Amino acid sequence: MSVDSAFGIHHSAFSVSFTLNGSPISVEVDPTDRLLDTLRYRLGLTGTKEGCGEGECGACTVYLDGLPVNSCLVPTYQARGRRVETVESLPPARLDPLLTHGATQCGACTPGVAMTSCWIIDHPELLATHAVRELLAGNLCRCTGYDGILDGIAAAMQARP
Amino acid sequence: MKLFQPASLTEACEILAGERGVVPMAGGTDLLVHWPTRASEHDKDYLDLSGLSELRGVRWTEGELQLGALATYWDVIADPQAARELPLLVQAARLVGAIQIQARGTWAGNIVNASPAADGVPVLMAYDAVVVLQSARGREEVALTDFYRGYKQLRKTDDQLVAAIRVPRRGYTVQQFHKVGSRRAQAIAKVGLALTRSAAGWRVVAASMAPTIRRCPALEQLLETGADVREPEALHAAIASDTSPIDDIRSSAEYRRRVMARVLFAALRA
Repeated sequence: MSVDSAFGIHHSAFSVSFTLNGSPISVEVDPTDRLLDTLRYRLGLTGTKEGCGEGECGACTVYLDGLPVNSCLVPTYQARGRRVETVESLPPARLDPLLTHGATQCGACTPGVAMTSCWIIDHPELLATHAVRELLAGNLCRCTGYDGILDGIAAAMQARP
Repeated sequence: MKLFQPASLTEACEILAGERGVVPMAGGTDLLVHWPTRASEHDKDYLDLSGLSELRGVRWTEGELQLGALATYWDVIADPQAARELPLLVQAARLVGAIQIQARGTWAGNIVNASPAADGVPVLMAYDAVVVLQSARGREEVALTDFYRGYKQLRKTDDQLVAAIRVPRRGYTVQQFHKVGSRRAQAIAKVGLALTRSAAGWRVVAASMAPTIRRCPALEQLLETGADVREPEALHAAIASDTSPIDDIRSSAEYRRRVMARVLFAALRA
């Protein structure tokens, strides 16, 4: 670790602290590490998948301060002091409506789809301005044709207390 | 890679004044796309702006909307005042990628990335936005219309940072934004068009039609004179004079010209 005192200059591995799935953590990262790499390879949270690696497919979706982001486009150092939640934070029961409505087939997109779907389900106020399809546009699925995902989200929203 | 994490805008400006070739980073959605495949991107030095609270947020004053350098597309989408008063900002923001990009991408980043296919820049330009540049030497303001000198050429020196964007509050009688892509979601514009009319006159801004996003003076002149445009073809001469589209992986120059004429014609009829 090397830190110049003046401006917080990092040349090599340094420590970044943030809240991960509700718990504070510190992790040694290189300035070039993407949040996706840190989660998978330093912290062992392999539920988050790399699809395209360029912010198109949404397989690597996590929440950063409560909003869905592509973890392949977040440098880990920008997670400093912030809240990160991964697919591992979702209680398994939350996946039931998606599973029973055929929202998953090969599974490659599923962690990201589950994250964005649960974000939509938890924010019904968004539907005043947005269609579910638009909110889900950043998660590509080549198996389901999306109808199963939309049905699962609709069922989960109806079941909300 | 050398990474600078300044604690204030003043510190950020001192770093830019003292170091050469440092790349400021806000949301990183354009910059990180190349990290996995271009090792040279790792050799660059970066200035992380994300911790600078003074650059955050969307602020309304009596005369203008102020977007901090860290204001994201989602910040504007989530602001009900924006949808009421400057709806093209919200329309364009909703067409940038999807929520995952909207939550991270910034308006300032869209301006300095200088893509000819940008979605945020055309609507800002149609609203006469002003770019506020900060450096250790002081503050400077440049009209967004004058900000591009050529492809990826900015009217901004290396020691200057975009600190904010100012958008005047005015009444508009015409506000339209159209983006033509390969599909409706997650697409990059083949043709983009922002159109406004206010007491300041018509603004016609074209995207993906020239090396930069640009105003279209011949079309604006045509509309100011109140010409009766009876068919899309009547716009061809002005479009030819205002734009210089190219054939590339997304489209052809001829397609772009014809589609722009039809999109503008339809917008004027709306």
